[in-house]
Order: sequence, then C-alpha cells, then structure tokens
Amino acid sequence: MKKNTFTTIWKSNFTTYGIVLLFFAVMMILMATGNLSRLMRGQLVPICAYAIMAASLNLTVGVLGELSLGHAGFVSIGCFGGGLAAALLHDAGAGELVCLAGAVLAGVLLSTLAGFLIGLPVLRLNGDYLAIVTLACCQIIKSLLTNLFVGRDESGLHTGFLTQPEGVAADAFVIRGSQGLRNAAVIDNFPAAVVLLILCLIIIYNLIDSKSGRAIMALRDNKIAARSIGINITSYKMMAFVVSAAMAGAAGALFGLSQATVLPGKFDFNMSVLILVFVVLGGLGNIRGSVIAAALLTILPEKLRFLADYRMIIYAVVLIVVMLMRNSTVFHGLGEKIQGLLRRKKTAGSPPRDPDTDPAGKEG
Amino acid sequence: MKKKLAWLMLAAMVVTVLLSGCGTKNSNTFKIGMTGPLTGGAAQYGIAAQRGAQIAVEEINAKGGIQFELKVEDDTHDAEKAANAYNALIDWGMQISLGSVTSTPCEATARIAAAEKIFALTPSASSTSVTKAGGGYQFQICFSDPNQGSASAVYIKNKGLATKVAIIYKNDDVYSTGIYESFKTKAAELGLSVVSETSFNDDTDTDFSVQVAAARTAGADLIFLPMYYEPASLIFAECNKIGYTPKFFGVDGMDGILTMKGFDTKLAEGVMLLTPFAADASDAKTKSFVQKYQEKYGEIPIQFAADGYDCIYAIYEALQKCDAKASMTAAEIGALLKDTFTSSSFSFSGLTGSGMTWNAAGEVTKDPKGMEIKNGAYVGLD
Repeated sequence: MKKNTFTTIWKSNFTTYGIVLLFFAVMMILMATGNLSRLMRGQLVPICAYAIMAASLNLTVGVLGELSLGHAGFVSIGCFGGGLAAALLHDAGAGELVCLAGAVLAGVLLSTLAGFLIGLPVLRLNGDYLAIVTLACCQIIKSLLTNLFVGRDESGLHTGFLTQPEGVAADAFVIRGSQGLRNAAVIDNFPAAVVLLILCLIIIYNLIDSKSGRAIMALRDNKIAARSIGINITSYKMMAFVVSAAMAGAAGALFGLSQATVLPGKFDFNMSVLILVFVVLGGLGNIRGSVIAAALLTILPEKLRFLADYRMIIYAVVLIVVMLMRNSTVFHGLGEKIQGLLRRKKTAGSPPRDPDTDPAGKEG
Repeated sequence: MKKKLAWLMLAAMVVTVLLSGCGTKNSNTFKIGMTGPLTGGAAQYGIAAQRGAQIAVEEINAKGGIQFELKVEDDTHDAEKAANAYNALIDWGMQISLGSVTSTPCEATARIAAAEKIFALTPSASSTSVTKAGGGYQFQICFSDPNQGSASAVYIKNKGLATKVAIIYKNDDVYSTGIYESFKTKAAELGLSVVSETSFNDDTDTDFSVQVAAARTAGADLIFLPMYYEPASLIFAECNKIGYTPKFFGVDGMDGILTMKGFDTKLAEGVMLLTPFAADASDAKTKSFVQKYQEKYGEIPIQFAADGYDCIYAIYEALQKCDAKASMTAAEIGALLKDTFTSSSFSFSGLTGSGMTWNAAGEVTKDPKGMEIKNGAYVGLD
C-alpha cells in the first residue's frame, strides 16, 4: 500500500462503483432507446454474476493469497440452493424480486455453510495442496448435485439421492439429477443484479479496508511475522474463505435464476479456471480489475462470433496478448507516457498523483 | 495508469455494444437459424446437422422460388452459450429456427422461441422438456426420448430377443437417462426382466470393466445401451476382451459407430438398434442424399445430418402450403407454420420417416426402424 489514507481508498473504491453504475446507465439508455442487441441484453445478468464470482474469488486468491480451484463448487451450491428456494417462493405466489432475494439469501446461507465445512480441513493446507483439495471439493459437489433429486408437489417436498423419489411427476422436479436445475420462472432482472454486484463490492472493499482485512493481507505477505504480532491465522483465513464462498453463492443464485436450465456439469473444473482467469487477468488483489475482466471476457467470445471457426483461437490469442501486455515494461512505459501527456495538457502546475491505489497493491 | 486502462477498456466495450446488432433483410429470402455444438465434445452432431441442412438449403435454392439463408451458431453443447447464440441469431434477423441440435441447449433456446413466437423445428433435441419449454412453438423431427425407450422395450419383448436385460446408461446425460427411465418403466410393465443397471458419467467414460462384469455376473443375455456410440464402442471392446457375448441393443445415438475412426467394425457385428435413418437404405432419396454428402464432405452422413436435411424440407413444404412471405416478421411466419404443422392435412415424408405428423405439443409421430449390423453394414430387421 502506497498511500493508505482515507481519501485515496475512498476515491479508488468509488471509481469502481462509478464504473459499475456507468455501465448500468449506458445499458439502460441503450435498452430504452432500443439500441441494445438481443445478445447483449441476454448477457447482462450473467455478466453481473461473473463479476461477483471474480471479485469474490479475488478475496481468496488475491487478498488471502491462497490458490483456490474450487470456486465453481460454491457457485453451484448457490445456484441449486437458490433455484430451489426460488421455486418454493414462486409456488407460494411470491413476486419476482422476492423470489430473487430469497434465492440469493438461500444461496448465501448454503454456500457459507459449505465454505465453513470445507474450510475447516482445507485451510490447514497451503499452496499447491490447498489448490488440489479445493479442486477435489468442487468435483465432489458436482457429483453430489448430479445425483440429487428434489421435487415438490401438493404433499410437500420429495428428495432422493442416487434414485428418483417414487411417484413424483416429472414436472414436479426442481432439481433432477443429471438433468439439472429446472427453474419455475426465469428471473432476468438487470437492475437487481447491479444492486447485488455493488453490494458485494461494498462488502469486499470494506472487509479489505478494515482491521480484519489488514490482518488477512498481513498473513498473506508473511505468515510468521503475522503470527508473531498475535494475528489468529486460522480465524482470519477462515473469514476470507467463507466470505468469498458466501458471495460465490450469491452469484450462483443470480446466475442460476437467469437461465432456463442449469446442469450440474456446468460447474466443473473449467468453470473454476475461467473465474481464476478473470482474477489473474484483472490483477491479483485488484477487485476493480476482476470485475472489468469478468465483463470483458464474458462479452468477448460472443462478440467474436463473426469469426466462426476461428473464434476460440482468437479468444485464446487475445488472452495471451493481454496477459503479456500486463507484464510488459514497454506497454507500461507507453501507458505512463500517454498519462504524462494528458496531465501536461490539463494542468501544468498540479503535482502528479498516482491513481494506482489498489488496496492490496499486489500485481503480477 | 490502471484507472486509465480501465476507462479505455470500458470505452472499447461500449463501442462494441453500439456497433452490434445491425443487419439487412433480403426481401425474397427466409432467414433460418440454428444453434449446435460446432466445437467441443459433441461437435460431430452439430456439424453433421449443419451439413445436412446446408445440402437441403442448396437443393432448394437451386430450384428457384422460395429461397433460404442458413446460419448456424456454435453453442458448444451448453445452455448458457446456446441462449447467447440464439439471441445473436435474432439480432441477425432469423425468421425461422431449427432450434438447437442437442437437448439441454435446446431447452434454453425453446424458451426464447416461445417468448418471441418464433417457429422452431429441432433436428435432434429429443428430450420432452424441449417441447415443454417451447410452449407450442418448438417442434421435433426426431423421436422423443421416452418414445425411444418404450419402443425399444416393446421391440425386445415382442421379438423375444432376451430374457434377462442389463442396462448401462450415462447418468449425467439428459438423453441417456431419459431413455433409460422410460425403458425401465416399460420393461416393468411388459414383464421384461432387468437384472443389472449400471451407469457412468463424463469423468468415467473410458473404462467399462465394472459395468460389463456386473452385467455378466447377473447373467444378462442382452445389454441395452441408451448412449452415443463412443462409449458404446468401448463397451463392445470390453465384452470382446473378456469373452462375453450378449446381444446388444442400442438407440439412435449408436448410429455413426460404423464410420467411427479407429473402430474395428467386427466388434459391432450383430448390434441391433432402433434408428429412423440408415445411410445404406436403397430408396432414391437416401441414395441421392448420401451421395451428395459424400461428394461434399467426404464421409457417410450420420442420422443427425439426415435430421437436419429433413427439417429444412419439412419447413419448405409447410411454407409452400401456408403461403408465407419472406417479408413477414418471425412471429407472423411462426404463427402460420405452427398452424400448418399441427393441421391434420399436413404430413411430411423424408429421409428419417414417411408420413410424419405433429401434435400440438410439437412432438412427431413416425415409426421407428429396427436395424441390425451385419458384415459391417446396417440391415433392416423387418
């Protein structure tokens, strides 16, 4: 941290909120004037969900400094738990927003619980071992969900594991094993998604800027030194991990409800890696970067559709180029030059101010 | 620095959004769209359906009169991507849809089709949840999964093919579990004895020793294989390795096994399957299609290609019947086509069946064909 004063943190955080709100405003204007493409309209809520997933994973990977490859597992718990809650609320005649709020709440509760249970044994490990075990946990969650059956009808809830509960009509199932989650109503509410995204950002930023956040970063930077000054390593590790899992659950519920159907297989290792790519591309510890990277990398493959068969190749090439650019001194020098020019144009007298005030300040 | 970069990226994003969603409409051409897996594990089904449909489009355009323009977007067999692809097709100006090639993505696109009132006729998404999500706008040209499962059970029972049946199915696949469930229900109804039920999933589809051993231990004399042909080929190899020779009974996903690269077709000798299409059928339509396909793409078409081909022709015949104009909107054409397909006077005969009719839910009625593999070729069982 270079200038850890209240104002710089405040400015940095509000820039992020500002970017999200600007994105929201631009999209709403485009929508109101009928200029928003169908493709983009359909992606708005998933973009918010991916941004929350990336920001929350950054808490574990960037701020806590532990590599987790199981983030998709928490997302899927939120997705399926939230979907079930929404279906029950929908049956009870609740409105769209109530269903969504209930789903997010259920998703958060379930994934918090899962994060705690998984965190207990997992956080005793470090580095590669932690990555492997979180990966395994993600696979276990996927397998469990593939074999889970939950249906509801007049006589109440019916659950089954491995086999379907007898005598339940096919339509009555909310979660049907390999056939996944079938939503009673698709809730695709962009304003609500933006509110949830900003809420998650507020939580993450406030955690980072709090006493606990500084303790978490201290144990990331030097575990022994942190312990020597009396920081409880286990509890702070657990705090970051569980908060991260909880928000992944919220993102899962948001994402799940925006889709007609979600298969458990969607949340596999590849999904975990995709979220990790958002985080690495955006910068470890850089929450704003994660959000922007998540949005861009969700839009990019769809925008490259005109390339047909070469789409995924170009996507991969873009990823490599951006990663290289992030680390190249040439690019950084160029950026500073441009910045210098801009500054000279504006006010010759004012002292140069470093806007790079990401709380963690740790970059690849 | 980073802040500037963030603004730059945001600006780039806004520009891409603003630039998208423009398209021109040709007044005498119908725009047909389809999503399917063109990349990834299920790519061969999407590509086959695309190629089959493309051949039909070229044939029809050569005739003059109604003209078609076909656009296929990749969905990588994923529901989220399929919805994106479908939205991209709507942005392009799609008027008629072929839905999606595979079931779960098609469920997502059928929902959009229903909301936008676009007529969709899927070549091969066979799950019943597809037509349910489509709210009367999503039609199928293939059998629904339950139909296949129960038809297989009836066929095995009526022909007296087996006394003890073992089932191996893929439990994380909608197609496989759908057929499995209906087969099991029908078998119980008919008194067909199912002695072993084992499953596998995406992560365990490379070794079948456990499943085959279970079937052998239970004394099964027929193994029912509701799955696609790659895992089936491994099951044949495993049985051959341990010297276990039950009868095998497959479903339409088995089609394609004879053209699979590196597969010893001797292993599939005697395999029976219910499929609506056989590439070596002797009727003129199939012969001409197979010849064109081979000339163009250098391989024998699988059932998905025939399904794609039939979809285009079914739409072509319906369009002629209902007098739709290419200048109409998707919803107007959708309403006309929907009424035409469900009307009692409309029936379609193609490569995958003759006298096909559709009910209001969008499901097709046609007869399954029993096939057996003899000397490396399909032979009709009846």
